[in-house]
Amino acid sequence: MSASSAFNDEKGGSSSVGEPEYGHDPASGGIFSSDYKRHDDLKEMLDSNKDSLKLEAMKRIVAMIARGKNASDLFPAVVKNVACKNIEVKKLVYVYLVRYAEEQQDLALLSISTFQRGLKDPNQLIRASALRVLSSIRVTIIVPIMMLAIKEAASDMSPYVRKTAAHAIPKLYSLDPEQKDQLIEVIEKLLADKTTLVAGSVVMAFEEVCPERIDLIHKNYRKLCNLLIDVEEWGQVVIINMLTRYARTQFLNPNINESLLEEGGSGEKTFYGSDDEEDEDEEEKEKKAETAAMAKRKPYVMDPDHRLLLRNTKPLLQSRNAAVVMAVAQLYFHLAPKAEVGVIAKALVRLLRSHSEVQYVVLQNVATMTIKRRGMFEPYLKSFYIRSTDPTQIKVLKLEVLTNLANETNISTILREFQTYIKSMDKDFVAATIQAIGRCATNIGEVRDTCLNGLVQLLSNRDELVVAESVVVIKKLLQMQPEKHSDIIKHMAKLTDNIQVPMARASILWLIGEYCEHVPKIAPDVLRKMAKSFTNEEDIVKLQIINLAAKLYLTNSKQTKLLTQYVLNLAKYDQNYDIRDRARFIRQLIVPTEKSGALSKYAKKLFLALKPAPVLESPFKDRDHFQLGSLSHLLNAKAGGYQELPDWPEAAPDPSVRNVETEEVITTGEGRIGLLGDWREVPEWTKCSSREKRKEKKVEKPFYSDSEGESGPTESADSESDSGSGSESASGSEVSASGSESEESEEGSESEEEEQKDKKKTKKELKKPVQESESEQSSEEEERKHARKSKISKSESESESDEEDESESESSESESEDSESEAEVKKKKKAAESKPPCKPVKKENKKEKKEISLLDLDDFDPTPSPQVTPVNSFLSSSLVTDLEGLSLSDSVLAPATMAPSSALKSYELLHRITGEGLQVEFCFSRQPFSPDANMVAVQMHFTNNASADAKSLHMEDVKLQSGMRVREFPEIELLPAGETATAVMGIDFCDSTQAANFQLCTQTRKFFVSIQPPVGELMRPVFLTENEFKKEQGQLMGMNEITEKLTLDATCRNEHTIVQRVTAAANLSRVPCGSDKECRFAGRTVTSGSLVLVTVVTREEGAAQLTVNCEKMVIGTMLVKDILLALTQ
Amino acid sequence: MIHSLFLINQSGDIFLEKHWKSVIGRSVCDYFFEAKEKAVEPENVPPVLQTPHHYLITIFRGKLFFLSVIQTEVSPLFVIEFLHRIADTIQDYFGECSETVIKDNVVTVYELLEEMLDNGFPLATESNILKEMIKPPTILRSVVNTLTGGSNVGDMLPTGQLSNIPWRRAGVKYTNNEAYFDVIEEIDAIVDKSGTTVFAEIQGVIEACVRLSGMPDLTLSFMNPSLLDDVSFHPCVRFKRWEAERVLSFIPPDGNFTLMNYHVSSQNVVAIPVYVKQSINFFESGSCGRLDITIGPKQTMGKTVEGLMVTVHMPKAVLSVNLTPTQGSCTYDSATKVLVWDIGKLNPQKLPNLRGSLSMQSGAPKPEENPSLNIDLKIQQLAISGLKVSRLDMYGEKYKPFKGVKYVTKAGKFQVRS
Repeated sequence: MSASSAFNDEKGGSSSVGEPEYGHDPASGGIFSSDYKRHDDLKEMLDSNKDSLKLEAMKRIVAMIARGKNASDLFPAVVKNVACKNIEVKKLVYVYLVRYAEEQQDLALLSISTFQRGLKDPNQLIRASALRVLSSIRVTIIVPIMMLAIKEAASDMSPYVRKTAAHAIPKLYSLDPEQKDQLIEVIEKLLADKTTLVAGSVVMAFEEVCPERIDLIHKNYRKLCNLLIDVEEWGQVVIINMLTRYARTQFLNPNINESLLEEGGSGEKTFYGSDDEEDEDEEEKEKKAETAAMAKRKPYVMDPDHRLLLRNTKPLLQSRNAAVVMAVAQLYFHLAPKAEVGVIAKALVRLLRSHSEVQYVVLQNVATMTIKRRGMFEPYLKSFYIRSTDPTQIKVLKLEVLTNLANETNISTILREFQTYIKSMDKDFVAATIQAIGRCATNIGEVRDTCLNGLVQLLSNRDELVVAESVVVIKKLLQMQPEKHSDIIKHMAKLTDNIQVPMARASILWLIGEYCEHVPKIAPDVLRKMAKSFTNEEDIVKLQIINLAAKLYLTNSKQTKLLTQYVLNLAKYDQNYDIRDRARFIRQLIVPTEKSGALSKYAKKLFLALKPAPVLESPFKDRDHFQLGSLSHLLNAKAGGYQELPDWPEAAPDPSVRNVETEEVITTGEGRIGLLGDWREVPEWTKCSSREKRKEKKVEKPFYSDSEGESGPTESADSESDSGSGSESASGSEVSASGSESEESEEGSESEEEEQKDKKKTKKELKKPVQESESEQSSEEEERKHARKSKISKSESESESDEEDESESESSESESEDSESEAEVKKKKKAAESKPPCKPVKKENKKEKKEISLLDLDDFDPTPSPQVTPVNSFLSSSLVTDLEGLSLSDSVLAPATMAPSSALKSYELLHRITGEGLQVEFCFSRQPFSPDANMVAVQMHFTNNASADAKSLHMEDVKLQSGMRVREFPEIELLPAGETATAVMGIDFCDSTQAANFQLCTQTRKFFVSIQPPVGELMRPVFLTENEFKKEQGQLMGMNEITEKLTLDATCRNEHTIVQRVTAAANLSRVPCGSDKECRFAGRTVTSGSLVLVTVVTREEGAAQLTVNCEKMVIGTMLVKDILLALTQ
Repeated sequence: MIHSLFLINQSGDIFLEKHWKSVIGRSVCDYFFEAKEKAVEPENVPPVLQTPHHYLITIFRGKLFFLSVIQTEVSPLFVIEFLHRIADTIQDYFGECSETVIKDNVVTVYELLEEMLDNGFPLATESNILKEMIKPPTILRSVVNTLTGGSNVGDMLPTGQLSNIPWRRAGVKYTNNEAYFDVIEEIDAIVDKSGTTVFAEIQGVIEACVRLSGMPDLTLSFMNPSLLDDVSFHPCVRFKRWEAERVLSFIPPDGNFTLMNYHVSSQNVVAIPVYVKQSINFFESGSCGRLDITIGPKQTMGKTVEGLMVTVHMPKAVLSVNLTPTQGSCTYDSATKVLVWDIGKLNPQKLPNLRGSLSMQSGAPKPEENPSLNIDLKIQQLAISGLKVSRLDMYGEKYKPFKGVKYVTKAGKFQVRS
């Protein structure tokens, strides 16, 4: 659709600028011509060199957009400024771009490269904003670029960028729903993220893209519960609503016993119990008693995870955000045991102090709740009293709540309140009050007479609307005991002279007709009067006149025969065909003729059948089948995208699917911000009882009682070997196990797996030693394939034919498998020791095999080679196929953070789309550049994805800041299609992070590219002793010392990880040190050889201090930032 | 989530529109206009409307409608709360939230909207962060900007949204470090004709104005926290500490913010500071009426009642009034039928009285109900519930801040039925 609209706009744009908008934007129509002229000067301003002019122009343009005026003809002039240095101009250009890109797709593409460059920026905020704008441009053609960008951002170091990635997911999904499968993968990955920043956004993406994939939540459930309090408020709403649904599918109904007892028993229902209902009640009681008894046999025990959710959401009732409070309230309403639901009442009542819109929504929900659980709000009855200043819609809703809350103890106070309301000047409200009184009267037998008397008094009210409403309500009430109230009917008959409201007239006529036997003298007279005025009545009244006539004819034909015929004759010629029809029908039915059918014998029975009294029900009854607080509930209709609230399951699904490694759960607790409360770990009882439960289920497994009990993956592996009922759920949990794996291990395993795949595909290129390892790998692979019923071997052959989808599914599958094995290996020692003897032998073998193979791989690890594989870009399997042929002899096998020295970060120089098939990536190999020691070695990987060969790859037109030098890489004569090549170049960055810009040329094309180094790459390690370090540090005090306090991320509190992270962020070497609380690093800048000294001192609970001493203050400052980032994420 | 936003003034002009996804035509607002027409009063327009393809969620604030267009299921409160947050932000930036202010600062408002939502999902809503990204206009800055061509957009990238404490901006520095807290209590009450209290409760709020350098960690404790029955907090307050120790422990945002809202437990009898003696009579014949109102002090804890004001929504039939107050001034708006009697300070020696006649539309029936009186009042230096702040401690920073607590009692929704 968007493509076609673009086509139209393009056409229109070329012929006359802005013309197409002219048609459907009348606002701009009148001043169109002057607008057009003004646009010319805007264009001039945009083309000028002065930022202030540009800014002024952009401000005017944005103001136009804000007013809804069309500014699309300025697109070419604006888009030129996308790379403007001035931040405000840039921001406004972004605003413009996002607004008009969809209409001007071709031109919008011009800006893409700017954002792609932004995606590689070392500053996380720039990366994030680039991704944000890129993903907001709704141009279908860039879907692949967006996909790639999202995937890359999803594994960005910065949580803020990952958050932005989560935001981008629904954008891409709405642009191209076919990307769903790939997006789900990204969601799955982000769901495993442990930062509060990401949690809300990714759940939002989950809800928009794949709300049905509840299985993705299992492994993240406890983490989400624990993080919840620190997530920003909007995220909290989304997460809580999602978890409500989740809990409904996974846990048992906590009220299963109580609800049965309550409903069956003589509890609150008695007030409603009218005489005729009693029989039914009896039956039901019996039935329910039976089921209740059955339920009693199976005592309900709440799943600890269910409890966890309830406990962790409860504090949020104190949120200042009404949406959060409502979300928690609905969660409690739908999930909590009856005894605990009460806590939400107070919070909801508090919201009634808020804006009237908030009141409106809250009252609707309270109205629904009061039907199910009246007791909850009874103490707050007075909070629903109505003020004369409330808007009518609020008054009516409060009235609804008051009516629902009415019972025989409080009815007198409520009626007294109603009494004051009836006098209100707001007539709609008065009408609603009268109806409310009617409902109270039907529901509470004791006050029926009082209400009726009160309503009858209202019949003499001066306001016709009040009288009319009363008549309608009285009619309903009278139906309950007509014989007692013939005087009221008489009184109402008199009203026909005065009352004009059709509905009321109709009601009176119906009453008289229905109970004409109670008022035999009056009824014919009323009919006489009505017959007189028949032609002037409203349709609804006419119908009732016919009705009355018919009934009277049947009961009292002597007096009314002629009248009836007169009325029927009048009706016969009425304008309204309903009335004509009715008249014809009734005539046939009641007037006996020769031809009249069998039915006329039963006419009396038909017309004067005993009619059951109407039940006055709340409009909010049964609304709770919609999730409370939702739009659908408010509208009482399913809104688009509404997810049904599932019914409780009969039997609880396997709770073990939510198990994750205990280790991980605890670190999540520690990783909390620690502001809104103290850190929580998974409480002891959670473990105990869940273990107990499992014991119940699988008694035959003695080893659960030993110490290693909790680890998820191991367990599921165990239960896999278990036959029977266990196996199904176990396989499910195995697949989702990958999601909850800590990020590092996942990345690691991923790359490992990618590598294996690559190897398979690129056999011919492999060097000898690699082949060896490969054979081992594949034998291991064989082993696994066995377990997986050789699924992989099948898809392997398919993936060779470059089926993207196929390889995708394969990768995800084997990924999960690998991560699982990874986890197993991690705990290998413990596991090996405590493995029970009943463990199948085959498993044991597998484990050992793996151990060996991993060790082998470790051997490859340390050799730093120029051939480095970019870890990040390995996320997309399409990229993997792109990179096939890269021989991967080393490094990737260990996860990035585990061995940073080998897993160097790789940066994109030329994307394969912009490079027309040629893809270039670079990394800082951290090797000395032999031709010139002052240069930083930059390793370039060329991949030719095009179908044609690329020839004579070389550099040209190098543009550098003063002082910088470059040694070009030797020209690559030929890069055949599908092949890759590597080259090394040297750049002297002059100890600055300025970019080196140059053109990358092939025989046919030139691409502008630039290389910008992170500050950490501008140095090389030097070896110092502790004393030397201290001495040097002493000389670099004052301005040359920068100290920052930080809180270490939960995952990097040990010395080992700190060293890894620091060395990954900067090319430094460790300085030996006596204390394990301190880590020291040293290096020299490449060009000037200035010393760079880094100290990280750790304290308790993750507090730490980072000190950088460096002669070059700029380098020092930047380095502090980078290391901080590395350590806090 | 939120697809588009339209700002509409009371006469029905759309003066600003913003789309976070693809553009939705203005014609969608027609459904709203229809509902608005039907509702007569702006506050009676249903906040949620269903149209064939969209849902419209609207708030009415500062004589403006904020209309958001929704396409799929969403929690309505989520949207409503967010729209109010937009209005709050505009108010925070420009001092008020009105059509003129928005029109004058349309670019800044637009930039704010851009930052607050991403693809319809809230992104940055904390005013501390927003102010880092988009500086609020001040007279000085606008003068400087016109001279230098500078801008309102922060040239530094904001770090706040990356931080663990998203509500506080980094690098705060003041020469005078000060922290002021206003404990404001409002009495909500309904008093019936005879002077008995039908319903009364106290709602309190603690507004803070904190200008402290660095990262102060504050603890505010009360003498009698058990008074507080129901509370809601700014996200900065550590809930666990409150649960355990009944103290407010928090790292404050910079500037003005609402620290907490509370409700005083209902067991406590609410002191009603004034009594009202009133008689309003409409006569069956002669189309006129009489009004006589006297206000006197009831339970004021020895403080003076100030800012006393009585507002009466008269029945439609009342054309004009002829009233003489013994104190203050009295006005009657015959269009809206609102009578306002601005009394000022309540003098216990000489009770203010308002009396006179009401003239009615001739021939109109006698109004059913007497109008109820809405009372406004203010008592300085008193928290009517008796709540007292005991101390404020600061950790994490070395300087000594100025501290202050102020108490005010006001009438909230204080209504006397007659």
